[in-house]
Amino acid sequence: MSSAVDLSLAELRDALKAKKVSSREATDAYLARIDKAGALNAYVTVTAEKARAMADASDAKLAKGEGGPLEGAPLGIKDLFCTEGVQSTAGSRMLKGFLPPYESTVTSQLWRDGAVMLGKLNMDEFAMGSSNETSYFGNVVNPWRRTDGGNADLTPGGSSGGSSAATAARLCAAATGTDTGGSIRQPASVTGTVGVKPTYGRCSRWGIVAFASSLDQAGPIARDVRDCAIMLKSMAGHDPKDSTSIDRPVPDYEAAVGASVKGLKIGVPREYRLDGMPSEIEELWAKGVDWLRDAGCEILDISLPLTKYALPVYYIVAPAEASSNLARYDGVRYGHRASEFKDIKSLYENTRAEGFGDEVKRRILIGTYVLSAGYYDAYYLRAQKVRKRIFDEFVDAFTKVDLILTPSTPSAAFGLGEKSDDPVQMYLNDVFTVTGNLAGLPGGSVPAGLDGQGLPLGLQLLARPFDEETLFKGMAAIEKAAGPQGRPTDWWTS
Amino acid sequence: MSVDKETVRKVARLARIAVPEDRLQPLAGELSGILNWIEQLNEVDVEGVDAMASTVDVGLPMRPDTTATGPTGGGQPDRVVSNAPKTEDHFFVVPKVVE
Repeated sequence: MSSAVDLSLAELRDALKAKKVSSREATDAYLARIDKAGALNAYVTVTAEKARAMADASDAKLAKGEGGPLEGAPLGIKDLFCTEGVQSTAGSRMLKGFLPPYESTVTSQLWRDGAVMLGKLNMDEFAMGSSNETSYFGNVVNPWRRTDGGNADLTPGGSSGGSSAATAARLCAAATGTDTGGSIRQPASVTGTVGVKPTYGRCSRWGIVAFASSLDQAGPIARDVRDCAIMLKSMAGHDPKDSTSIDRPVPDYEAAVGASVKGLKIGVPREYRLDGMPSEIEELWAKGVDWLRDAGCEILDISLPLTKYALPVYYIVAPAEASSNLARYDGVRYGHRASEFKDIKSLYENTRAEGFGDEVKRRILIGTYVLSAGYYDAYYLRAQKVRKRIFDEFVDAFTKVDLILTPSTPSAAFGLGEKSDDPVQMYLNDVFTVTGNLAGLPGGSVPAGLDGQGLPLGLQLLARPFDEETLFKGMAAIEKAAGPQGRPTDWWTS
Repeated sequence: MSVDKETVRKVARLARIAVPEDRLQPLAGELSGILNWIEQLNEVDVEGVDAMASTVDVGLPMRPDTTATGPTGGGQPDRVVSNAPKTEDHFFVVPKVVE
């Protein structure tokens, strides 16, 4: 058989169960690839020893015909998830060297189901970024390159840029990500991978370093829709340690993959057609409409007039919550502490000045400003009200349609450094994904084609809260119609 | 709305982030750029709309009033201070706070 790293998660799972390959073989094959992929900078920490020990334990179980649904599958974990005894940095100098004394609920469920941890994946600092250029541990490079021969380094998207790059480059069978404004779906879209942000409350946030608590959700990035369904089944579920976690059964999402979409009503929101959007994105979107119509769906034009206000709402709500969440980094209990200070106040101020990068500081300052006396009503309260109206708009739309189809991103992967000068331009990357976070909806990006420069483009579907099954159905239909999109060459191993 | 250098100084103090004098003006420009873009929310009619803090429509769950076990439980001071930059006998050490 071909190398274990070429198998999808589902194929690997089946091959492991059938003893055609061992977890140790698969794990070693991935570790060897990671070792040669330093140029991509996808991993902050590689846990080779731990991975081999977990693989051996899985092989022992598999030999006896035992093991969980992910038994022996090597995964990459976004460095926002606390992993017991393994450095968890959130991409920040502030948490360099931080060794959590506990395991996040989501990762503990992956290990419960038999998965193997290859290491911790790079990301934008505290998940604040759309290009993986804000990480203290350096940029992640997209394994895809333009076909123009220029070999420019491109962004893998963000904030889950290590997760998307590692998945696209076959440096893990699948990865975890988190999505606060698009941080799973946007990186998946620009790396030709599949990313799913489930309904807010579907996955526990316990043990995930907090960014904006009313928006953060964990989810998978994987090579295909089925693999995402397998991952989400293990990641999802009620957790009493997260008071916003919802107690309802976790369906068998994989069963929905490949199920008929006949008769589903698909909404196409006219407000997602942006001025200056590349024609290739428009054309791809139209193709997606045709594919779903051909598969038996009914297509409906819908209107979501408040769409343009979603990003401004987000850039009040998210920094406000972040400024509060990140107040905990004080140089006293854990994390970085400045070496120079004269009193407790300068200890705090110098620690935070050194420990946080520019984008994180910018957002903390915005958040502090919009929450400060005299501005709270004008900014934060107003944003929460507009959020409610955006939410209501979706509730209304979902009385008429089952799924909403949009592009995932307004452009393909851009060059590292191309957009880092203007924060607002960078924020616009999440224009199609951020509404899903504000309304708490499940959404997913699926690769649907390549642009003129050979770079992947994704389409996004949004579904009703807790209707991930219909989401997976629709995503699988698009995946099937789009066909295989190829994969990047291993240029980085040279 | 534009923010000036003095506002940045005040906000940075509230946020407990030391900002060097020569960064105040550039930051005022960056923050003003973001805030001006956010201003468009004033176009939206929010009369009579409830503010939404969470999309989860449930009250806070109750739990028995007992000591938790496991990682959130008590009796594990070693683990609590295991990542602290400076400790002494399970206490966090900070510069003198009260004169």
